[in-house]
Amino acid sequence: MQDHTIISKAHYRAGLRVREKVIELFILCNGILVVAVLIGILVMLLIEGIPAFSQTSVWDFFTGTKWYPVSNPPTFGIFTFFISTIVVTVIATILAIPLGVGSAIYLAEIAKPKIRETVKPLIELLAGIPSIVMGVIGLALVTTVVREAFNLNTGLCGLTAGIMLAFMSVPIVVSISEDALSTVPKEFREASYALGATKWQTIIHVCVPAALSGITAAIMLGIGRAIGETMTVLMVAGGAIALNFSPLEPMRPMTAVIAAEINNAVRGGAQYHALFAIGLALFILTFFVNFAADQVLERQRRKFAR
Amino acid sequence: MNVNSTATANNKIKMCARSVNVFYGTMQALRDITLDIPDRTITAIIGPSGCGKSTFLRLFNRMNDLIINARVEGDIKLDDMAIYAGSVDVVDLRRRVGMVFQKPNPFPMSIFDNVAYGPQRQGVQKNELPDIVENSLKQAALWDEVKDKLHQSGLSLSGGQQQRLCIARALAVEPEVILMDEPCSALDPIATLKIEDLMRELVKDYTIIIVTHNMQQAARVSDVSAFFWMEPDRAGVLVEYGPTPQMFSRPKDKRTEGYITGRFG
Repeated sequence: MQDHTIISKAHYRAGLRVREKVIELFILCNGILVVAVLIGILVMLLIEGIPAFSQTSVWDFFTGTKWYPVSNPPTFGIFTFFISTIVVTVIATILAIPLGVGSAIYLAEIAKPKIRETVKPLIELLAGIPSIVMGVIGLALVTTVVREAFNLNTGLCGLTAGIMLAFMSVPIVVSISEDALSTVPKEFREASYALGATKWQTIIHVCVPAALSGITAAIMLGIGRAIGETMTVLMVAGGAIALNFSPLEPMRPMTAVIAAEINNAVRGGAQYHALFAIGLALFILTFFVNFAADQVLERQRRKFAR
Repeated sequence: MNVNSTATANNKIKMCARSVNVFYGTMQALRDITLDIPDRTITAIIGPSGCGKSTFLRLFNRMNDLIINARVEGDIKLDDMAIYAGSVDVVDLRRRVGMVFQKPNPFPMSIFDNVAYGPQRQGVQKNELPDIVENSLKQAALWDEVKDKLHQSGLSLSGGQQQRLCIARALAVEPEVILMDEPCSALDPIATLKIEDLMRELVKDYTIIIVTHNMQQAARVSDVSAFFWMEPDRAGVLVEYGPTPQMFSRPKDKRTEGYITGRFG
C-alpha cells in the first residue's frame, strides 16, 4: 500500500515535469510565431516594395508630387500623400490629446467611483466602433458641419478626416491614460495634500507627471491608430491628389492611396510595387513614432530613476 | 539626560480634541476622545494595532476628509480655531499642520523639487526657493549628505534619507505642528535614531505629535504620552494620558501597564 503511494507520487511528479515542459514549449512556440509573423511582414514589404525604386529613385519617390501610376512611363511621387497623412494626423493629435487626457484626468481624479465605473467602459466601447461606421458618420454629419463652418465647397477635407481620426484615437488615449493615473500611488497624493496643495495642484504637479510615461504611451498609440487608419480617411478626406498643406482642402493620405489602388494594380507591376513602397514608408513612419515615444519614456525614467 | 523636562515647563495648549467621535460609515473608529497637545512638546500616541491612533492623528490636518464615508463629531482646535468649522480653509490648515507618513514617500522628482514643492504651490518666488530648500534640508539634518546632488531623484536616497527628505519637505512650508505617523517603522535602527535625534532638535521650534508602535521610541523621544485602546466594538478610546516618564514608570491603568511592559498587544 505504502509502495503504491510512493510510486504514484513519483509518477505524478514525473507527469508534472512533462506538463511543465509541454506548456513551456507551447508558450515558446507562440512567442516564436509572433516574431516570425512580424519579420515575415517586414520581409514581404521589403521584397515587394524595394523593386519600386528600380524605376524611381528614393529621393524622387519621397519628394515627388506627381503620382501617375498608369501613364507611360509612370511617375511615382508620394510627397502629396505624405503631407496629407501628416496634416490629418497632426489635426487628430491636437484634438485627441486635450480631449483624451482631459477625460482621463476627470475619470481618474475627479469623477465619483460610480460615474467612473459607468463611463470608462462606454468610452472603451467607442474604441470598438468599426472604422466604416466612423466614415459614414463623418460623411453624413461632420462634413456638413465643417463645410458650413468654414464656408467650403465640400466638407470632404483634411480637417474632417482629422476630426474623425481624433474621435477614433480618444478612447485609446482615455483608457490607457486613466489606467496610468489610477496606478499613481495614493502616498503621492496624500503627501501633496498634506503640504497644503489644492486638488488641482496635486493633479497637475504630482499625478500627471507621475503618470507621464503611461500618458505618453497612450498618446503614441493614439497617433499610431491615426496614421494607420484607412477606411475613414478614404471616405472623408476628399481624395485629391494635388499638393495641399491646408487642412481645409481635400487630401489623400498614404493609407487611402493603397486602399484605393491596390485592387487595380497588376500584381508584380510597377504600380503594385510602388503601393508596397508606400506601405513600407508607413511602416517606417510608425516605427519612428514608437522610437520617439521610447526616447521620451527613457528620458522620463532616467529623470525619476529609483 | 532628561529630555522629558519640557513637558511641565510650558503649559500652553497648541491643539486640543474635545469629545471627538469618528465614524467610518456605521462603524465607530474613535469614541469620546478629549486630549490636549502642549505647545513645543512631543506627544506620543501609543496603543495596539487598530485602536485608531492613525485615525486620531489624521484628524489634526483633516486628512480623513479624503476618506469617503468618514464622519467626525466633536471639536478639534488649533490655537483658538475650530478646524472642523465650515469657514476653515483646509489647504491653509494643512500648511500650518504638516505631516510625515509611515512609508517615506518622496515625489518622483529631484531632491530640490521635493523640498520646493510646498512653497511653490503657495506661490513663493523662484529666487527664494534655494534658501528655503537649504534651510529646510539643514533643519532636517540632511543638507550635508545631499548638497552636491540636489538635482538627483529623491527616490535615489536610502530609506532613512528619504524620510528626512520628507521631513525637510514638510518643514519647507513652515508649519507650526508636525504630525508623524509611525515615521520610523520602515527604517533600520540607525536611521531611526537619526530621526529621533532630529525630532528632539525640531521640538524646540515645533509641536510634534507622533504615532508609534515602538514603546522604547515613545519612552525615548516623547514628553507626553497618550495610550489608546480598542474596545470590543472596535472603537478606539483614550485610556490614559500624561507625562511620558510618569506613564512608563507608574501607569495608572492596568491595560496601559500590561501593554507597555509587553505582556500583551
